[in-house]
Amino acid sequence: MIKLEELIHLNDRNIILKLKEKIDELADELQKEIKIMEVCGTHTVSIRRNGIHSLLPTNVKMISGPGCPVCVTPASYIDNAIQLVEEKRAIVVTFGDMLKVPGTKGYSLSRFMGSGWVRVIYSPAEMLEIRKDTSKPVVFLGIGFETTVPTIASTFLRGVENQLEDMYLYTSFKTVPPALEALLADTESEIDAFLLPGHVSVILGMEPYRKVLERKNGIPGVIGGFEPVDIMLAIYKILKQLAEGRREVENAYPRAVRGTGNPKARAVIEKLLEPGDELWRGLGKLPASGLRIRREYENIDAVVKFGLSEEYNYEPAGCLCAEVIQGKVAPNQCPHFAKDCIPEEPIGPCMVSSEGACAAYYRYGDIG
Amino acid sequence: MHGFIGRSLCGVLQIRRYRLTMMDIIKLEHGSGGALSRKLTEELIYENLKNERYPELSDATILDIKGQFAFTTDTYTIDPLFFPGGDIGKLAIFGTCNDLAVSGAKPLYLSLAFVIEEGFPIADLKRILSSIRRAANEAGIRIVTGDTKVVPKNRGGGIYINTTGIGTREFRHRISGSRIESGDAVVISGPIGSHGIAIMASRESLPVGPQVKSDVAFLYPLCRNLYQLGEDLKFMRDATRGGIAAVLNEAISDTELSMNINESSIPLGEKVDAISNILGLNPLEIANEGVFIAVVRGSRGERALSLLRETRGGDRAQIIGHVDSAYPGKVILETISGGKRILDFPRGLMLPRIC
Repeated sequence: MIKLEELIHLNDRNIILKLKEKIDELADELQKEIKIMEVCGTHTVSIRRNGIHSLLPTNVKMISGPGCPVCVTPASYIDNAIQLVEEKRAIVVTFGDMLKVPGTKGYSLSRFMGSGWVRVIYSPAEMLEIRKDTSKPVVFLGIGFETTVPTIASTFLRGVENQLEDMYLYTSFKTVPPALEALLADTESEIDAFLLPGHVSVILGMEPYRKVLERKNGIPGVIGGFEPVDIMLAIYKILKQLAEGRREVENAYPRAVRGTGNPKARAVIEKLLEPGDELWRGLGKLPASGLRIRREYENIDAVVKFGLSEEYNYEPAGCLCAEVIQGKVAPNQCPHFAKDCIPEEPIGPCMVSSEGACAAYYRYGDIG
Repeated sequence: MHGFIGRSLCGVLQIRRYRLTMMDIIKLEHGSGGALSRKLTEELIYENLKNERYPELSDATILDIKGQFAFTTDTYTIDPLFFPGGDIGKLAIFGTCNDLAVSGAKPLYLSLAFVIEEGFPIADLKRILSSIRRAANEAGIRIVTGDTKVVPKNRGGGIYINTTGIGTREFRHRISGSRIESGDAVVISGPIGSHGIAIMASRESLPVGPQVKSDVAFLYPLCRNLYQLGEDLKFMRDATRGGIAAVLNEAISDTELSMNINESSIPLGEKVDAISNILGLNPLEIANEGVFIAVVRGSRGERALSLLRETRGGDRAQIIGHVDSAYPGKVILETISGGKRILDFPRGLMLPRIC
């Protein structure tokens, strides 16, 4: 495990300046505009918060991707969650970021805060306590990527084992590789390389990316950590691949990510869940891009229990969240940005989530 | 407002028979204005806070003030009431004194009002009162009037304190963001983050070690030294809620100027960097209770530093940036990594009831 003191070196200006020199050289050599998509919302925030983008040469652009769980959750999923409270009289348990996202009717789960019908938790294990405290059905809003899924899955498996009744999971889980595949397949896409998510890769390892990226029409993908030095190193490795004409999956975050990932965590996921087609806000329905509850556990599936209707995509008028998620427009190109869409009163999810690209641009600016 | 002490002292002997013990709790009757109220004010509050010049704390006190004075009020609702480095009592005295000091005034008189929740332990109230007495002595101020109310159980957070302060104007020039000019230096009086981290750690029972203590301190001696700069001292504000991010933005947001702040020059309290990393907090947004920001004429930056550093509590003062006009109305942070970004007003409710 890394010591806290070592984190300071990961923000060492001298190391960063050395990497910057090398990045500048490679960018000169490449002589064209390079667009690198940071897939993960945590990367977006770190890049903006540390001003990494302002250190990059003018022809290297970082663009935000679909890696903010709240941002890729369809607005109609929120409608269903609201319906769970209003009509099904169930207690809805969620991570805080979901609270403020408006559904298709313009209001969010936050209207139930303080009523006891919606509970915010920080760790899925708190679910079990809530279950013990109430006689009403309890539904957990399962959103997130491979990083978050294992702890949620293990909580529910434990619940099943302990025969806890009336505890349900409403899944909207997403997996990263199918999204990369969809972004690559988009002929309008101008993405030259992916900065791959560190936390997700801790679980996945490198192989699932190889299948998508290391082939004809593939592009470089480098797994990066979240400290400034990590990100600069990953960007350097990406430019080096581009300069040398390579298209590989590389690991620039070896202190956390192993090539094989975390097989134990994947086994937990696989026990409860199986791949299924999933609707992404912005990207549409992608084959085998979600994780659905296996039939043998369908008695904890909120969709089955409450007969929730299938999700559909809906965007508030003029909201460019879908385009932002695909990296087609920058947040500050949206007409609502910082005008009638601000973190306190968001129109789209990209301005709500702490990992959303719009929120990060709003907060930290776009200083070149 | 009823005074700390009843109109008459003739009931004292009678009351002594029911001496308050450490086992006691505050009851609704303690706020009724009746016998129990008097017992509370006489035996506890008055005993702890009486002073020679104003021996009878009363509903209203005549003060002898000449010239211009500054007037401020603040209410303290902090949770937990006792935390490493201080408690709500010390905070209520120093916090209000500091508001006067950064306005250019010498703190002189304070009022002290309690809203106490039924069931509150008398022993805790005693601890708070003796902390108030020590803080008032250190600050050299006098508590001259006050009030106590009791609210029913579960209708309050244990105890809330309001203090209102009066100080005489010592600094003759205007302290205002509107006096800031391009080229000015931005000075910080000491390391940041300790208060917020200490509160957070005690709330969440984080094992952070004994080094992490709230920085709650009386800032007047530091401010007074800076008054010597005369009109070259333009702006001062203590960096409480919202941290230095809020103060820097308040100073500049209504102007055509921008502030360039160098993150690596900002002094941090013990362990603040590591702990805020774990908790996902930004030290620049964390509340302080013993730090202020000053903006002085650029050529006087070094002088301001030496004035601060020669005073107790100012040894880690730093120049953290300067004023120009590149991004009007914005604070620009050159990050530790060397990148640049906007440092905005803190958003959302980071930590409620921090002071």
